[in-house]
Amino acid sequence: MLGFARTLRHAGVPASPDRVEAMLVALGSLDVLEPGAVYWAGRLTLCAGPDDLDRYDAAFAVYFSGERPRAPRTVGKPEVRLAASAPLEQGTGDGDDETDAPDLAVQASADEVLRHRDVAELTPAEREHLRRLFALLAPATPMRPARRRRPDTRGTIHPARTVRRALRSGGEVTRLMHHRRRTRPRRVVLLVDVSGSMAPYADALLRFAHAAVRARPSSTDVFTIGTRLTRVTREMRLRDPDRALAASGSAIPDWSGGTRLGEVLKAFLDRWGQRGTARGAVVVVCSDGWERGGADLLGEQMVRLRRLAHAVVWVNPHKGRSGYEPLTGGMQAALPSVDHFVSGHSMAAFEELTGVIQRA
Amino acid sequence: MSEPTVAPIAAEPAGLAGPDELAAALEGTGYLPDEGLATAAYLALVMHRPLFLEGEAGVGKTALAHALAQVTGRPIYRLQCYEGLEASQALYDWDFGRQLLHLRAAEAAHATEDTEKLEASLYDRRFLLARPLLQALEDSPSVLLIDEVDRADDEFEAFLLEVLSDFTISIPELGTVRAQTPPLVVLTSNRTREVHDALKRRCLYHWLQHPEFDREVAILRRRLPQVTEQLAREVARATAKLRTLDLLKPPGIAESMDWATALHTLGARDLDPDLAARTLGAVLKYREDTERVRSLARGALFGG
Repeated sequence: MLGFARTLRHAGVPASPDRVEAMLVALGSLDVLEPGAVYWAGRLTLCAGPDDLDRYDAAFAVYFSGERPRAPRTVGKPEVRLAASAPLEQGTGDGDDETDAPDLAVQASADEVLRHRDVAELTPAEREHLRRLFALLAPATPMRPARRRRPDTRGTIHPARTVRRALRSGGEVTRLMHHRRRTRPRRVVLLVDVSGSMAPYADALLRFAHAAVRARPSSTDVFTIGTRLTRVTREMRLRDPDRALAASGSAIPDWSGGTRLGEVLKAFLDRWGQRGTARGAVVVVCSDGWERGGADLLGEQMVRLRRLAHAVVWVNPHKGRSGYEPLTGGMQAALPSVDHFVSGHSMAAFEELTGVIQRA
Repeated sequence: MSEPTVAPIAAEPAGLAGPDELAAALEGTGYLPDEGLATAAYLALVMHRPLFLEGEAGVGKTALAHALAQVTGRPIYRLQCYEGLEASQALYDWDFGRQLLHLRAAEAAHATEDTEKLEASLYDRRFLLARPLLQALEDSPSVLLIDEVDRADDEFEAFLLEVLSDFTISIPELGTVRAQTPPLVVLTSNRTREVHDALKRRCLYHWLQHPEFDREVAILRRRLPQVTEQLAREVARATAKLRTLDLLKPPGIAESMDWATALHTLGARDLDPDLAARTLGAVLKYREDTERVRSLARGALFGG
């Protein structure tokens, strides 16, 4: 059974020791000679979500048909190269010497220039510098009124607290207690396009997403879109931005591939959005709107998204270029359903974007 | 719901020899589980572990809890989760109004000489309003249904974790309530958001799917005995086809039952394409879906 658990972990099912223990207990309560007993005992205790089920079935078939467990699947995978982490490995020492030396004024003005530079045109050293600026970015979250109320000096009368207080003074109501509605963070959903045409910006956008997740881990969700939809929220929760990006990099199967925005958006709305993830949320789509399929489906799905979301923000890095016109078919189809159309090509643009999200 | 009444089998789960026997008992209530679900429910009973059910809306997650309550003869307590749900709405609350009244009554009867005693009497059990979690523990063994847990906040999940790990609730003024037998807990989720791993780890996890054709026909026949075999089979076949059409909301068992009932009410004995088109509102809940299905050749979908 432990060998089976190991096979499962290789396949990506989080079969932690306590789950394995639960499986052994479950096996003990079932008739092991029954054909399905082992299968179900394992599936019910070791799996934690629908995504695990296919992996479980595959691992089960392999292990119990006598095949040797295969090596972890990371082997054959193309190594994902993230723009900002590449120079980090070679020249960390040099970079540190250089940036530590200059006095603060020079550095501040360098920051200022860098803030407005297009991230696609930066040198590796500048990217490395920008990486530090990202660490300082603290996106504020939009708020919404909550159902719950909180004691306050003003607001509507709180009967329970008023009476509770009266009990203390022998049942005499001496003071009216009040409460007011709280506010709660509104959910923010980021859909980051990682297709080939967005490759120069994907790294910066994912860093932005990481900063957003770090600011509000429980109310932010990140998906990557390209030829398929991948949820990377869990990977983004890692504290260290480089580790978080590397983890999401290995979770994204369609890095730098083509774009099928319409289909992927539909998949998002079917599997997540309509069930509640996009409901009342601020949905930020980061893409150049370069659609390989027909634009009709994208238009339809954008209409649907807008009906679900509180606000739809579209971030297009090309918008920052002078003379940019949203002429691509995808952009044309999407724009009518977009509340805020912003650029996302430089640090300054990202700072502006945080403001747009907060006020959305 | 008009379910056939069944004699509850032994309240003690040890009376059940295995998943098969539980499946048979559940079938007695009109709930037809497949092997996986029967095993999951059996293990939840025997291992005293909460059962975490996920799946599309309308596949029978909530109905399972009710069927299990019927089979085990236990009372069922249901906690419907929503955003902003607080501990006082899930556990207990003091009935301040009645406490105040009690105080005034005591005052009017000039029984106020012993203040300490009076104060203690204010926190009597009769002034405690038990909410579902406390009720389920007090009335153990029971079935506790925590419905749509994905709708509650993160903080509430953390709080649930505490209650579900040791099945005790401490009330500062009264003492600790502990369930002699842990209740059979069924948590359901529609997956509107990811429920925390820590909570899932305490549970058995089962993903419910739409039933296969034969099972769906059997369910329709069982729950709607007035519907003809022919109609049940055709409704099940059409619903299965609808589920492959990539609709915004694929119909669940609840919808196929509604549809069969609607057709039966209109006097249909088999799936008449005209009546089917008129009753589509019972299965499809989006305008886009209805249009899509209407635009497809009717003959291909219904009847035949």
